[in-house]
Amino acid sequence: MGLKRDVSLSTALRYKGQGPFLTFILHRIGGLGMAIFITVHILATFVEKQGWAIGDFINDIYMSPPFQIFILFCVLFHAINGLRITILDLFPTRLIQYHRQAIAIEWVIFIILFSFAAVSAVTTAIGRL
Amino acid sequence: MNAKPRTLPLSKRGMSFETFMWAFTRATALGMYGFILFGVVGALAMGAQHSMTFVEVLRWALVSNPGHVEYTNLPDITPFASMFWRLVASGMFLTAGSHGIHGVIVVLDDYLPKDNQRNWNRYLNMAMFFVVAAAGLYIIWTA
Repeated sequence: MGLKRDVSLSTALRYKGQGPFLTFILHRIGGLGMAIFITVHILATFVEKQGWAIGDFINDIYMSPPFQIFILFCVLFHAINGLRITILDLFPTRLIQYHRQAIAIEWVIFIILFSFAAVSAVTTAIGRL
Repeated sequence: MNAKPRTLPLSKRGMSFETFMWAFTRATALGMYGFILFGVVGALAMGAQHSMTFVEVLRWALVSNPGHVEYTNLPDITPFASMFWRLVASGMFLTAGSHGIHGVIVVLDDYLPKDNQRNWNRYLNMAMFFVVAAAGLYIIWTA
């Protein structure tokens, strides 16, 4: 019988996972969030073009600031974390040893960009009122 | 303490399907960064700086579909609806779609222990990809 290695998210974050595990989980959450959003958005736009009101209703939800902030989080985190992974993978022998420093830089870039994008989403929504 | 790199060069690892998809994921990610940058530069070149907010420019850059600039203050969206930008949008959409569907399959594989379940994971996700790709291309080319 194999070892049982399933642990809860909180246990994984407290144990050795920590920063790298958090980015791993957020990368997956961001990726799945985008996959679900884009699939539903495309299908909603398609049925909206056929004259079905349900498509318009779903796309109106997507235009709301809370949803835009959620999707901005998914897109920006997935894109910035993906860029870090790609850069480290391109030069593994030189850069893998600095992966924790790379994660720290990633968080600084993400927080600056996400804050700017979230404020822009809110001010754009206020401007539409 | 510096961790010792545990990676093997490609010559020792060999080119399997897994290695190919590993490279494909990174290549499509780099391709998407290129598409987004190209979309931002294109929007600014076509006069977005006085007629679009940052959010609207980003929305256009993510997929340069003319429907994404419909509700902006642009006086004329004709340059945004050219065949060239529809081709760029199609390229970005298919690149993102193939990257995304591979990612979904990889994530779900981690929670499906049986081979039979993993096979169905592939069949269903590939079928969904073709349906969504057809709907997406229809939207881009008829917007």
